[in-house]
This record gives sequence, structure tokens and C-alpha cells, in this order.
Amino acid sequence: MPAADAPRRDGVVRLGRLERPALAGVLVREIINFSSYWRSTTFSSTVEPTIYLLAFGFGFGSLVARVQGRDYVEFVGTGTVATAILFSSVFATMFGTFVKREYQRTYDAILAAPVDPEELVTGEVLWVAVRAGVYGCAPLLVALAFGLDPSWGMLTIPLIGFAAGFGWAAFGVLISATLRSIDNFSYVTSTVITPVFLVAGTYFPLDGLPAWAQVAGRFNPLYHCVQLVRHAAFGWEGWVDLGHLGALLCFGAVMWRVAIWRTTLRLVA
Amino acid sequence: MVRRLMIERLRGREGDGVAVRMVGVAKAFGPVQAVDGLDLEVPVGTCVGLLGPNGAGKSTTMKLLTAQALADRGQIEVLGYRLPAQSKSARAGMGVVPQLDNLDATLTVRQNLIVFSYLYRIPRAQRRAAVARALEIANLADRRDARVDTLSGGMRRRLLIARALVHRPRLVLMDEPTVGLDPQVRQEIWALIDALRTEGISILMSTHYIEEAERLADTVTIMSHGRAVASGPPAQLVAAHAGREAIEVYGPPARLAEVEREAALAGVRSRRTGTSVTLLGLDGANGRVPDGERRAANLEDVFVLLTGEEIA
Repeated sequence: MPAADAPRRDGVVRLGRLERPALAGVLVREIINFSSYWRSTTFSSTVEPTIYLLAFGFGFGSLVARVQGRDYVEFVGTGTVATAILFSSVFATMFGTFVKREYQRTYDAILAAPVDPEELVTGEVLWVAVRAGVYGCAPLLVALAFGLDPSWGMLTIPLIGFAAGFGWAAFGVLISATLRSIDNFSYVTSTVITPVFLVAGTYFPLDGLPAWAQVAGRFNPLYHCVQLVRHAAFGWEGWVDLGHLGALLCFGAVMWRVAIWRTTLRLVA
Repeated sequence: MVRRLMIERLRGREGDGVAVRMVGVAKAFGPVQAVDGLDLEVPVGTCVGLLGPNGAGKSTTMKLLTAQALADRGQIEVLGYRLPAQSKSARAGMGVVPQLDNLDATLTVRQNLIVFSYLYRIPRAQRRAAVARALEIANLADRRDARVDTLSGGMRRRLLIARALVHRPRLVLMDEPTVGLDPQVRQEIWALIDALRTEGISILMSTHYIEEAERLADTVTIMSHGRAVASGPPAQLVAAHAGREAIEVYGPPARLAEVEREAALAGVRSRRTGTSVTLLGLDGANGRVPDGERRAANLEDVFVLLTGEEIA
């Protein structure tokens, strides 16, 4: 009566790290669960950026005609894409992983299977990153409807969303694994997320800010995401964009490892 | 006969015929010494009951066996794999029924099983059959498309057990499998566990229900303060530590206090259980033992004698 798992020779299985079957298990769980709540998530992920777009587009748009040589609606339309990527990734993992770990005890069940915390975190972050890539397109479609000119470069926006979403999803996991109570999340939201989404060139360009804020903005991963999205829509800038991409990938890699480290500490005592 | 054959085959796989071996295992959480030098063995194909009150270290023991807790010292071996280094391989061959229900409540019965058929790496071609088999085990085939949050407590517990069996594990860990269930549902779960035992699956089951341990366990290990205080088949433990009989004396509080004094004089152990005093260890009496209702000694008596504590 052999267990129906990995192929075994003389009854001995040696399992390694970051295995595809383990990641697949975590992903399948997320995907099947998603089928039960995708409507509400998709609704908020689409409607929220649309409201931002309309509010800023019409509100500011009546005061500011052009920013950085473009119509304000084009500027804010691309900025909202980055905001949607941020919100759909960081909040999904902050709250989602906390609830699964502390309230639903889902992680106890997953870790009793041949899945390690490293694979658990990686699978969840990958899934949320994919979602961020998809949901990032929602405001883009809205902006297209409001007069943004389509371009071939826009086809890369899901990939940009994936890269940025990966980092922010891992950041959310890190916060969830570090804070003791879900009530403390509001500290992170007000001190980290809010400045991050405002000081990134999303709704207004960084060049108008004091010098120190401009420098700080360069360290904001969302700024690099915004720049990439704009250049995807309006025209690439070669090495500059590779720099932005590199910044996003570094952010993702560091957050990924730190999130795994903190989550392991929290799950394995 | 069939069971014997299966056990023989399984023995070959585990090498020395032991599904779980813990030697001198200790684990502290901050100032709390949850497990304190525990020795435990689950021979292949047997059901071992881990009996003890809340806080005896049973749940920590379970967590140590899935490497969700890491021992401070001692050796742990599961299905021939050394923990924690090879815990992932061990986990592939075992199923775990947690004490707290952690099913995905917004998914259907079948979806819950499908998720675990992936987590336990069942090959694509066998997944459908594995899920169907688990549905049969849980006796939930006709509720397969019902959402879990519409099921009764007993159905959820059956599903929780079936979920742990979806990959045909050789070892099953059950942490308080019937806690919080009403008596009728408890019987159902017992029947299910007994069926697994008959199939030759090794089982380690923690419980604080005496009757559960007496009925299902081939061997019982009594735990107190993180260590095993006695181990053996239930009947043998009772015979060795509590003798054949116990006496229950009923009466008003004053009478009970008097009975306790008389028992002490006669060199007999006693314990107050609400409305009565139970007299234990009658074989060692060297005086007049107070009279009362005689009954067969049980595991609870053993536990009290060995630890001075009550179980439930």
C-alpha cells in the first residue's frame, strides 16, 4: 500500500526545496478558493481605481491640463495602474495570510503535507503577483475608454504588474508574519502604504516635491513601477527602464526572502 | 490474516517495524516545558493512544512529529526518516487530523479533497479515484457538492479525517479526534478509526477520553507534564497499576472525608470525584477497607494513581 506521492525507490523518498508539486498544491488551493470569492475581489479591484481615475482625472484635470507634456488624464490613468497593482497585492497578502494563519488555521493543514514554509510563501506570493498583473489592467482599460491612446508597449503591463506585485505581495506577507495583531495593520497602512502610493509620481509628478522627497521617492519601489507603466504606454527609455525593472526585481527578491524568513519563524516554533 | 500480511509488508518498508520513535524528546515554549524527556513508540500497524489531561504535552508531541515544532533535544524518527531534517519525506507518507477544524469552509466537500490530492502529490491519473475513495470513507458521497459551512459538526469531522487519508498514508496522527462531538457522532468516528486500524495503518491518537483510548488503542501511553509515565496495552496497564477492582463510596461530604481517612489508614489510595470517593490499589490494603460499590478498575484509575491528577 504505497503512498501515492513522488516516485520511490526501495521505499525511500528524498524531497528537496522549492519543489514544483508543492508550489502547485499551494497554487491549486488558492485558485480553487478564488473561484468562490473572485466576484467581490474583481469588483473592488475594478471599481476602486475607476473612482480614483474619475475623481483625480476630472477633479485635478480641470485645474491641471498637462503634466510632463501629457494630458493629465493620461498621466493619472497610468498612475492608477500602479496603485491598483499595489493595492491588489499588498492588502491581499497582509490580511489574507494573517487570516489563514491565525483564524482559519489553514497553514497548519498545508504544513502537515509535504510543503515547507518556503514553498507556502512562494506559492502564495506568486499567485497574488499574477492577480496583480491582471488587476493592474483594469484601470488601464478604463483609461483607454477615457481617451488614453493604445500602444503595443501596454501589452507588457501585466508583466510589470507581476514583477511589482510579487514584491508588494511578499512585503504584505512580511508584515503579516511580523505583527502580532491584525489591528496593528493600520500603523503600516498609514505610515508605509499611504506615503508609498502618494509619493511615487502616481497622481502628481515627483519633480514638484522638495529635494529630500524626490530622493526618497527614488527608493520607493512603486515609483519604479509607475515609471515602467508610463514608459510602456508612452515609449520606452532604454537603459533607464532596465534600471527601473532592476529596482523592482531587487525589491521582489529581498522581500521574498525576508517574508520566508519571518513566516518560518512564525509557523515553526 | 489480511491485516497480518499488510503489517508484514509495511514492516519491510519501515525497516525495524516502528512507524514513530521518539527518544528523550524535550521542547519548551519560553518558560513552559511542554514536552520533557518523552519516549514514545508506535509499532507499525498499531494504534497508540496518547492519554493525558489538557496541558500534558499531547498537542506539542503531534506538532513535533510534523516538524511544526522543533525539539530542543532528543531524537525523532517517523516512517524511518529522521526529523526535522527529513520531515518533508515523512510528511508525504502520513496524514494529520488536527484538533481544530481547518477545512476551507467556503469550498465544497469535493473541492477540499481535491486541494489535498494536490498538496499530497497524487498523480493526475489517480486523483479522481483518490477523491472518490475519500468521499466514501467520510460517507459524504451524496454531499460532495455541498459547501463545508453547510455541514454538521460530525460531517465536518469525518471530512477532516478523510482529507488526511486521501493519499493513503501509512501513518495517521489524530489530535483529539472526537473532542466536542456528541456521543452518537463520537461512535461514528470510532468506527472510522477502527476501520483504519483493521487496514493496518499505524495510528497515533491523542485523547483525554478514557473510553476512546480503551476502545481504540492497542497501546496506551499515559502522559503527564510532558513525559510518558506508563505505557502498555490498556488492560495490562490497569492490571499492573490499579488492580482488578475499585470501590466507589457515596455519601454526604462528612462521610466522604471519613472514608478518605479510613482509606489512608488501610494503606489504600483514594480520590474524590464529586459525589463519591474512589478507593484504588486495593491489592495493597493492610487494614479494613471501607465498603462501597465495587467496579472494575479502569485507565482513569491508573492515571490518577500514577500522577495524582484527574484526566478530564
